[in-house]
Amino acid sequence: MGSRDRGRPTLPEGLSNQCRLDERSRHLRRLILRGLEGGNRGHVGSSMSLVEILRVLYDDILRHDPRNPNWPLRDRCILSKGHGCLALYALLVDKGYVDAGELDRFCLPGGRMGGHPERGKVPGVEASTGALGHGLSIGVGMALAARTQRRDSRVFVVMGDGEINEGSVWEAALCAGKHRLANLCAIVDYNKIQSAGFTREIQDLEPLTDKWRSFGFAVSETDGYDIARLRDAFARTSDNTDKPLAVICHTIKGKGIPFAENQPRWHHHSKFTPEILAEMRDALRPAG
Amino acid sequence: MRRTCVDMVHRLAKKDERVVFIGSDLSPGLLAEMKAEMPERHYMEGVTEANVIGMAAGMAMDGFIPFVNTIATFITRRCYEQVALDLCLHDLPVRLIGNGGGLVYAPLGPTHLAVEDIAIMRALPNMTVTAVSDADEMARLMEASLDWPHPIYIRLGKGGDPIISRPENGFEIGRGLAREAASSEPVVLISTGVMTARALEAADILAEQGIDAEVLHFHTLKPIDRDLILARAPRARCLCIVEEHSLIGGLGSAVLDTLVNAGQCRLPPIRRLGIPDRFVDSYGGQDDLLARFGLQPPQIATTIAKSIAERRVARA
Repeated sequence: MGSRDRGRPTLPEGLSNQCRLDERSRHLRRLILRGLEGGNRGHVGSSMSLVEILRVLYDDILRHDPRNPNWPLRDRCILSKGHGCLALYALLVDKGYVDAGELDRFCLPGGRMGGHPERGKVPGVEASTGALGHGLSIGVGMALAARTQRRDSRVFVVMGDGEINEGSVWEAALCAGKHRLANLCAIVDYNKIQSAGFTREIQDLEPLTDKWRSFGFAVSETDGYDIARLRDAFARTSDNTDKPLAVICHTIKGKGIPFAENQPRWHHHSKFTPEILAEMRDALRPAG
Repeated sequence: MRRTCVDMVHRLAKKDERVVFIGSDLSPGLLAEMKAEMPERHYMEGVTEANVIGMAAGMAMDGFIPFVNTIATFITRRCYEQVALDLCLHDLPVRLIGNGGGLVYAPLGPTHLAVEDIAIMRALPNMTVTAVSDADEMARLMEASLDWPHPIYIRLGKGGDPIISRPENGFEIGRGLAREAASSEPVVLISTGVMTARALEAADILAEQGIDAEVLHFHTLKPIDRDLILARAPRARCLCIVEEHSLIGGLGSAVLDTLVNAGQCRLPPIRRLGIPDRFVDSYGGQDDLLARFGLQPPQIATTIAKSIAERRVARA
């Protein structure tokens, strides 16, 4: 193992995170790139990492209506790792919640899309996040609200692996387990890199599935880029009807941008050079 | 006051389906009737302040009015970021009921005292900050809270406080109350919470000494009743602000901010009585600590009388 691989964990047996990206995945990443260019900054690695998680949720799992973002019967999706917001903005643009032109004003004066997502500014954003460790508690509240109001809405909370260092996440997990919130799904974008470096060196999370299981969750693990497996993992299954669900998605920071993949220094980047932008465009250009 | 507050949660919940109660490891059996009657709107959670605030935010986003209850210092300091972002940034109608505001937990030491709660809650945009004087006023606040669209911090006293509020004065969030003085240039005593009873007693002591004193009570510290302050304070012979709170950021700061921001260049003589900028280092009861900081009625009256006498000497 070379020095570049130091701290990089091996994946659990039988799991991969090497699925090739199809044209839809590249299209969504091009929207992210548009935002990065617009603001000349952004969490590159963190956004590219979780595109397929959100893609599958918005394409196949969530009950939602872009023409009626506040539809009471909708499912809720909270991006708790708010710094990955460009991926969420890409999906919200793709689904028609907001105009693509907003990406050109990412983080700029007069823009609606900030460096962390804000409820009320961008339609479809369920909660203002950015400070880490807030989303799961909010999701617990939404799941309890749905139960009390006899709605069959599901609540999905997408968290980063660095984020789940926060104690508040585990307070929320205790609470979700206690209330047996079967309508709640906690998703971990497990790319194994946090801001300061590899999670195994900064704050090891293993054994991660055991942790969630011990808090009362039904847990599954999946390749974070395998569309069919993600779909299966997020769909409610018969063996977790009375437990909240945790889905650990094995991902790659910076996925789709070869020079950024698995590189801690690509967690966030600003002041892109024309050469770097050209390389990113090239990596994401439509096939053929 | 505390009993009235939680009983009111139950009463409000009976008439409004949006009301829920969320406690963080409080007394066994608290609101047991409510729990039996409406189990899906009564939650007693663990020692998880950060989580209960986020949970309340999530419920409020979907139409509920959660009343969250735990010890004042924990519901403000321990989960400050959740209060700031989950509640205030989203501007949600969540109510924070803080048990034992001020020096109530005197025997338990500085870990349990809430003497900067008003300051840190006031600093948050969208937050409404309240400290009522007695149980009757608490009932009025709770009733009014139902239609208030913003987060509210409700500071509770110890309980068993004398009833000084009057139904005929009504109750409106953000409106202060006055017990007027006869003279045109009285001493003006300003207070909040359970200190208002002490301020009234101090005014009575001053009256016996021939000093006419008016008392202004602010059950709402934010938004503060600017009009009442600007109408009454500038004409004071001596303005004395009394609070069971740090001298940084509480009622005194709110009053002075109001005067200065309104361009009042000529301020009356001002005395501020509260808790100095250090951790409380002794035990005993709430009254013991109030006495230690000069906040009991005879002490308040003496401070004011002295201040007036000194001013007379200085003028002579």
